[in-house]
Amino acid sequence: MSGKIGPLLFAALGVLGLAGIAHAQDVLIRNAKVYTQSGSGTLERADVLVQNGRVAQVGSGIAATPSADVIDARGRPLTPGLFGGITALGVEEISLEPSTVDSSTAYGEGKGGPSFEPRPEFDVTLAFNPDSAAIGVNRVEGITFAMVAPTALPDGTMFAGQGAIARLDGRVEAFAPASRTLFVDLGANATASSGKSRAAQYMLLEQATRESQPAKPLAAGDLRLLTPAGREVLARYLGGGRIAFSVDRAADIRQVLAYAERNKVHPVIVGGAQAWQVAPLLAKARVPVVLDPLVDLPGTFDQLGATLENAARLDRAGVPIAFTQFTDPTHNAHKVRQAAGVAVAHGLPWDAALRALTLTPAEVFGLGAELGRIAPGYSADLVLWSGDPLDVTSVAEQVWIGGRPQSMRSRQTELRDRYRPNVAAPTRN
Amino acid sequence: MGWKLFLGAALAACAGPALAADEPYPSTYQSHPGPPTLIRNAIVLDGTGRRLDGADVLMRDGKIVAVGPGLDAAGATVVDARGRWVTPGLIDVHSHLGVYASPGVNATQDGNEATDPVTAGVWAEHSVWPQDPGFATALAGGVTTLQVLPGSANLIGGRGVTLRNVHTTTYQAMKFPDAPQGLKMACGENPKRVYGSHDRAPSTRMGNVAGYRQAFADAQDYLRQQEKYQRELAAYGKKKDKDKDAQPPLPPKRDLRLETLAAAIRGEVRVHIHCYRADEMATMLDLAHEFNFRIAAFHHGVEAYKIADRLAEEGVCGALWADWWGFKLEAYDGIWENLAFVDAPKNGCAIVHSDSEEGIQRLNQEAAKAMTRGQRAGLDIPPERAVRGITSNPAKALGIADRVGTLEPGELADVVVWNQDPFSVYALPDLIYIDGAVVLDRKAPPATPASDFLLGQPTGGAR
Repeated sequence: MSGKIGPLLFAALGVLGLAGIAHAQDVLIRNAKVYTQSGSGTLERADVLVQNGRVAQVGSGIAATPSADVIDARGRPLTPGLFGGITALGVEEISLEPSTVDSSTAYGEGKGGPSFEPRPEFDVTLAFNPDSAAIGVNRVEGITFAMVAPTALPDGTMFAGQGAIARLDGRVEAFAPASRTLFVDLGANATASSGKSRAAQYMLLEQATRESQPAKPLAAGDLRLLTPAGREVLARYLGGGRIAFSVDRAADIRQVLAYAERNKVHPVIVGGAQAWQVAPLLAKARVPVVLDPLVDLPGTFDQLGATLENAARLDRAGVPIAFTQFTDPTHNAHKVRQAAGVAVAHGLPWDAALRALTLTPAEVFGLGAELGRIAPGYSADLVLWSGDPLDVTSVAEQVWIGGRPQSMRSRQTELRDRYRPNVAAPTRN
Repeated sequence: MGWKLFLGAALAACAGPALAADEPYPSTYQSHPGPPTLIRNAIVLDGTGRRLDGADVLMRDGKIVAVGPGLDAAGATVVDARGRWVTPGLIDVHSHLGVYASPGVNATQDGNEATDPVTAGVWAEHSVWPQDPGFATALAGGVTTLQVLPGSANLIGGRGVTLRNVHTTTYQAMKFPDAPQGLKMACGENPKRVYGSHDRAPSTRMGNVAGYRQAFADAQDYLRQQEKYQRELAAYGKKKDKDKDAQPPLPPKRDLRLETLAAAIRGEVRVHIHCYRADEMATMLDLAHEFNFRIAAFHHGVEAYKIADRLAEEGVCGALWADWWGFKLEAYDGIWENLAFVDAPKNGCAIVHSDSEEGIQRLNQEAAKAMTRGQRAGLDIPPERAVRGITSNPAKALGIADRVGTLEPGELADVVVWNQDPFSVYALPDLIYIDGAVVLDRKAPPATPASDFLLGQPTGGAR
């Protein structure tokens, strides 16, 4: 099964996948409130030593190495870099300008009405632009990694394509191979593109799955849904790969669980407005949910029962949760931090909320040995906060990725400083 | 004399039957004042810019009676608010609740009459579905008053309506009594995209401006006809006793589009303009000067910070988001400090608006973000100042500041008791009062959802 993307392989690739970063200077962050996200818990007035881009030591009274940059955190919170959610960062600059948007494929469009041209081989990461202004804007807010995901068009295909986790340090080689994920959209918002019935979605999913089974070679005359490349790609995810299903309705979540069981794939539920209704099933199958804690209205009939307590209920039931947000997941990816705070106000334990922004998304996407903790061996993706990392009155003071201090400037800070009141600014009015 | 009164008086002066009621589609809002209530020992942000620690708030007969330390509670229900914060009920100047209701299916797309670039004759209130579940979730965030506007597909989209956020079966029963209506206009990309894609005007920004100008020029002509009719009517009044054969003049035909625009020129309908770019806002200020109308607020205005001084000089509010940007080119220059920079000049008027069924639930958090970023940019914005952006400033833009938006004596007793500093992500309203009556008590959540639509559905509990 060497061609499969399996969890064991993920672990092995985890280290290799992020190994391309040139060694950074040593950093010693002293006197921080360190949220380790590991067995050590949260350490008051602790030190973190970073060497070769990784966390080398966490504790108290750590001696500075000769070359280390020493930062006094003055007791402020230090967390792992935050997960920005399921985004189009780097593949969508201005949502309404098609020439700046590469997040979806409209292959087959324009042949008269919606067409079903499933292209699971569509790999959105190939379009990634690490210089996108949206990346800088979110990086200075403490977002250090995000899923760069394809989006399904209303008239496109329910197979949105493949995405992966990018680290937002401005490199082209931002992606961690172990995090590759196939995205499939199901339910109310996908029906127009896939047979106008969710039963048709399952029919087509089944057909695509069967024709991609290497054990069952197609006969010459068989009706084929996928291209040879598409079958090859889907085959890689069957039998141990990770497929993210965008789905809200509890009944559809059950269908996804059954499909995953049959085909031995690791499903991730994205959305899951009604996931709380099937929390015990999800917990039993250890199926994670990537949700927006702010969804509490029935935007569609699939979201009846949406509640601000979704995160708390899933967590209580033992379902792994990670956060994303849907209002503008790309430009305002940073809003996941606020959403996490709202989840806390509605019953989610604070530590679980931070975990849903750090360790859990890393684990869900195969990078749990690499990202999401402040622990020896983990990549030094860190954020020093002005206050409570989940509160709207706090900001990121300094961000490190792979041990490198990131510039805390963005296109927005440039604009701010040009127009700041009471500062000589000849271009005003 | 108000425009409606003006028309009404003109018609009443005719001998024949009235052609239009003085106030068509009238408010049937019923105030149901609660018992006299004393909120004791709270941290009070009163909406005027004042903060009072350890203060009491006394409400009676649906109105604020007094705010201050050690008030007399004789006969009043007492709420111990030690450690809790009190603000006026929050006000959203830009909502589409009811007109773009949840669920967002085909049947609920009632917010844009996108069939003509000038639809000044439509009224958003005629699209409002009172069962939109979004009203209740907005209330849970402390919003007691909101303006529902038409969308921004059109240059001139129609009239907005200001609602009290109470659950009723008709919109008339939500309608804020005697609140002026709004007029929704839109700059920039939306109108030119919507109509340009159908090969009709406007397809450019210059086409947009020509469209506003022609519409207002037509309204000026309409006003002149009305004035001419008034003169003829007055002349008839003078001579009818002497001249038995004198005939009353016929009123000119009503034109609902021009009636709205004429009302805007006369200042009876308040102009709210969706406009992102600084240069376009400046063009709209010139338009307002050309046709002699006032702009209450620019909405969205992601570049308002670039002309903050000009907006303050012109007395125009900026109704803005804390952090939205980038979804359109005209939104590319959005910055976190926009609200704070618009607030900074003398007479600056910054309003935190939502334009979103999600955002309206957390206006306090949006204000907190704006306050934080302003403070970090070196501006002095304490909570008692920041709270004006979600209370008194929107009340001012809506023309209802004499009734809501502060806790000054005589104002309607719309009050929120927060479980902690409202400028925290963890803050929730413990108690919400409208007209001095409890409309939401977090400790005793309603057993059933307010919206008929959600009855019998899996409601997810807390609502």
